[in-house]
Amino acid sequence: MASLRTTSRLFAASRPMFRPAALARTYATVDASTVDPNASKQPAMKTFKIYRWNPDKPSEKPQMQSYDLDLNKTGPMMLDALIRIKNELDPTLTFRRSCREGICGSCAMNIDGVNTLACLCRIPTETTQESRIYPLPHTYVVKDLVPDLTHFYKQYKSIKPYLQNDTPTPDGLENRQSPEERRKLDGLYECILCACCSTSCPSYWWNSEEYLGPAILLQSYRWLADSRDEKTAERKQALDNSMSVYRCHTILNCTRTCPKGLNPGHAIAEVKKMLASH
Amino acid sequence: MARLSGLQREVLSLYRQCLREIRKKPTTEHTQESRANFKAYARAEFQKHLSVNKKDFGAIEYLLRKGQRQLELYAAPGIRNIR
Repeated sequence: MASLRTTSRLFAASRPMFRPAALARTYATVDASTVDPNASKQPAMKTFKIYRWNPDKPSEKPQMQSYDLDLNKTGPMMLDALIRIKNELDPTLTFRRSCREGICGSCAMNIDGVNTLACLCRIPTETTQESRIYPLPHTYVVKDLVPDLTHFYKQYKSIKPYLQNDTPTPDGLENRQSPEERRKLDGLYECILCACCSTSCPSYWWNSEEYLGPAILLQSYRWLADSRDEKTAERKQALDNSMSVYRCHTILNCTRTCPKGLNPGHAIAEVKKMLASH
Repeated sequence: MARLSGLQREVLSLYRQCLREIRKKPTTEHTQESRANFKAYARAEFQKHLSVNKKDFGAIEYLLRKGQRQLELYAAPGIRNIR
C-alpha cells in the first residue's frame, strides 16, 4: 500500500500545475484583480453573431443577432463568451452547457463553420472578424442553439450499448480482460456522444432516418471490439444491411471535426472489415 | 370539400390520431369527464395556432413535430386525466 501511495504522489507531482489558475476563475467574466495591469487598456471588442429562433413565435423567421464583447474581460473560450452574453447582455439567449471542460458534450454547436464544443473552442483573438455561432447543422432546433437530439439517442439505444454476457464468471466477480484486450477500446470509450461528427456527415444529413452515423457506429464498434461481449454475431447481423453502415462513403468529416480527437472513420472501416470477414 | 394539400392532410391526421388516443384512455366512473378534458385540451392546442399563415410551411412543420411529441407524451398509459 505504501509503495502505491508514493508512486501516485510522484505521478501527480510530474503533472503541469495548471489547476490553481483554473480554480481561481469561477465565472466566465475575468476578475478585474487578476487582469495583468501591464496589459493594453485598449478594449478588444469582438462581434459575435448568434443564431436566434424562438419556438413560442413559430411564424417569425430565425435570425442572426449581434453581440459585442470586450475580449479582455472575457474568459478564453467560446463558452465563456456565451455565458457572459447571457449574464450581461441578453438573458433570453438559450444554449446547453454543463461541465465547461469537454466531458459532457452538452455545448456542441457550429462555431465559425465547424462543429465543436464551445467549451473546448478558443475565441479567435482576431477582433476585426466576427464569430458566427449556429446550432448543429441539419438538426431540428428546439430553441436558439439547442438542437433536438431525440432521434440520435434513439439510434444509440437501438445498438444496445451495454455488455451482453450471460456466462457467469468462475469466481462470480467482474468480467475480466487482459491489458491487450483493454487496449483495443482506447480511442473508442472516450466518445462523449456530443453528435458533432454525426451532424457534420453529409451522408447522415440525407439519410439520418436509417444510416446510424459516425458517433453511433463508433459505439457499435466499441461493443464489437469488446472481448467480454458474447453477442458479437447478433450485433454484426443487426448492422449487415445496405443502410446502417454502408452509407458511410469515407468522407471523413467526422474525424476532422471530432472535438475529442477520435477517429470515427477508422472505427467504421473496422466495422466494415468485421462484416466482410464473417 | 376542396382538395387538401399534403401539409393540411398531415394536420388533420394528427388531430385524428389525438382523438383515437383519447378513446384509448382507461374507463372508470370518471372516464367521460377525463376524456372530455383531453378532447378540450387537444382542441385548444390546435386552436392556439389558427392564426398561422397557411403558406408558412416552416412554422406548420415545426408545430406538427411539436404536436407529435406532445401526443406521444400524453398517450402514455400513466396519464389518466388532464386539467
